[in-house]
Amino acid sequence: MRFTTAIALALTALAGAALATPASAGILDNVKQRGQLLCGVSGKVPGFSAPDAKGVWSGLDVDYCRAVAAAIFNDPEKVKFVPVTTTERFTALQSGEIDVLARNTTWTFSRDANIGLDFVGIMFHDGQGFMVNKKLGVNSVKGLNGASICIQNGTTTEQVVSDYFAANGMKYEPVAFESADEAAKIYDSGRCDVYTTDASGLAARRTTLSNPKDHVILPEIISKEPLGPAVRQGDQQWSHITRWVLFAMINAEELGVNSKNVDQMKTSKNPDIRRLIGEDDSVYSDKFGLTKDWAYRTIKLVGNYGEVFDRNVGPETGLGLQRGPNQLWIKGGLLFAPPLR
Amino acid sequence: MPLSRYLRDRKIRGYAVQAVVLAVILLGGTWLVLNAAENLRRAGIASGFAFLDKPAGFEISFKLIDFSARSTYARAFFVGLTNTLLVASLGIVFATILGFIVGVARLSRNWLLSRLAATYIGTIRNIPLMLQLMFWYIAMLTPLPMPRNAINLGDAVFLSNRGLFMPRPDPAADFWPVAVAFVLGLAAAIVYGLWTQTNWRRTGKRLPVLWPVLGLIVLPALVVRIIGGPVLDFEMPRLAGFNFAGGLRIPPEFLALWLALTLYSAGFIAETVRAGIKAVAHGQVEAARALGLPSGPTMRRIVIPQAMRVIVPPMTSQYLNLLKNSSLAVIVGFPDLVAVFAGSTLNQTGQSIETLAITMAVFLIISLTISGLMNWYNRRVALVER
Repeated sequence: MRFTTAIALALTALAGAALATPASAGILDNVKQRGQLLCGVSGKVPGFSAPDAKGVWSGLDVDYCRAVAAAIFNDPEKVKFVPVTTTERFTALQSGEIDVLARNTTWTFSRDANIGLDFVGIMFHDGQGFMVNKKLGVNSVKGLNGASICIQNGTTTEQVVSDYFAANGMKYEPVAFESADEAAKIYDSGRCDVYTTDASGLAARRTTLSNPKDHVILPEIISKEPLGPAVRQGDQQWSHITRWVLFAMINAEELGVNSKNVDQMKTSKNPDIRRLIGEDDSVYSDKFGLTKDWAYRTIKLVGNYGEVFDRNVGPETGLGLQRGPNQLWIKGGLLFAPPLR
Repeated sequence: MPLSRYLRDRKIRGYAVQAVVLAVILLGGTWLVLNAAENLRRAGIASGFAFLDKPAGFEISFKLIDFSARSTYARAFFVGLTNTLLVASLGIVFATILGFIVGVARLSRNWLLSRLAATYIGTIRNIPLMLQLMFWYIAMLTPLPMPRNAINLGDAVFLSNRGLFMPRPDPAADFWPVAVAFVLGLAAAIVYGLWTQTNWRRTGKRLPVLWPVLGLIVLPALVVRIIGGPVLDFEMPRLAGFNFAGGLRIPPEFLALWLALTLYSAGFIAETVRAGIKAVAHGQVEAARALGLPSGPTMRRIVIPQAMRVIVPPMTSQYLNLLKNSSLAVIVGFPDLVAVFAGSTLNQTGQSIETLAITMAVFLIISLTISGLMNWYNRRVALVER
């Protein structure tokens, strides 16, 4: 009798589980209910996402998530930063463990089409570069035939290096580590001749080496690496919100609106500015999911694109990067956001 | 009525219950798989095993079979698998040897020797393997020079922080008679060695072993080579630009991983061996002494064969641990199965369920094989109780 009861219970449990349907509330509703945005970051890339000695997070990706949180909650601190490794970053997003992945991830065809993700825009236009020790006397990538290259396992870096060296008839010895920190440390010890990653990462990494002046970043950029945030495919409203927070930040810089003058801009006569900060709600609709002054909150609490760039990776910071392609189109760069119209 | 008689028969009830439980498990498993497939389809994530035929797009530095960036992911899987098997089998062999030595040393009457062994065991067992691995990797790389200043042994062997480079044997076409002669000589030597044992048991006479065996291994191949002329070429490593090219290369990643795995498991195996030796009744040792056997043969012929019954089951779990610990290879950049397949391939194709399932299944099969072999050996040495 005990056996039969156990089997009956097991069958009922299975049937119940089979009939249960997954919760189908939208991501925005989940985030609002939780009261917090779950943001997947790296946690180890200075300038993009890293906690400081007191545990306060800062970086380009960090500020993007804070911008989304400000748009939803009017509070940029309502974010929980979840460090994810390269191996688990896509699975964490696909399974719903995080709401948005802001982890200096490259937007590629296979990632967009094959793994159920949606990239919402380009936060940082980057490309892959190489760093070598000055002692080797190499001043171009073409002189790297036969070199040992320290790489991070499982990134687009691995593939790009392989494609480039094959296309140019050169050979190399890959040494692939799980973490970028380990790869840089082993490069520093002399085991590898070359360290390769996105050019922005190279500048950051050089500051952490034992003798930064001994290393030179080669001039060639051998690939396009558009780094941007990604969300789960299938929730159009969430994709729109995350996409337009980024565009609002870029448009704000283009219109000259920043966190310091956004309050005065409320009295502006410029229709573009009025639409951006919600004074003019002619294009706004409830279907968007946020209140009409969502962009005002973002700009006031976090800042426009230029402020975020300068604060985290700009010329005054440890990375010391120039705007380069990450400049507004009217100033010769590639930032060209659709208008809020 | 016959039906109620069937229901009351305990054997039939037993079978019926087992059949129902099996059906429940199978149904549950099928439901899990179908549910996962449906969720993947809804989320727009590609699934299936078609990715195994696509080109890999990345290079692997240490490989026992041919591989290039244009080879398929399936081939990358086999490269990773052979690397894991290589490092695990070498680790198991050397860890066993070292573990036995340290375990017996721990029981030595020489105070210094047993203290040294105890310190080794105590240190190794209490530091996490990951830290030991990183330590050995850095310790190996730090003192070694760059290739341009490599340590040079006779212009044939080079040691630098890129690895150990040795001449690689490059057999010419008429190498085969020498190889065949060598293999036949080796087989004859083994047969002779075993025959001396049987002969000793039968007649008590001890025949010479060392010189005949050496002679049988070396002489046939030597004679054939002298008759046929030089047939073995060596491919020498040469400094070319950044690194050495050609020759046989042992990278520091492989050495560090193998060393860390060996030392770590040897510490545990030493304790297992010590437990096994202690488990042999002291009366056996006393009887051996009474017969006049010195302590060497006592240990080799009396104690250890009886201790094996106690040693083998825990040894199996140490071997399985070593196999699983080899997956730490990605920390030092050694391309083993987990690094190549569940790391690079998983990231580039995004198909985490398929790659992880395959990797887990492979580890399961290897572990079951090791356990099966050890259990067979255990049954052979088990005490047959009457």
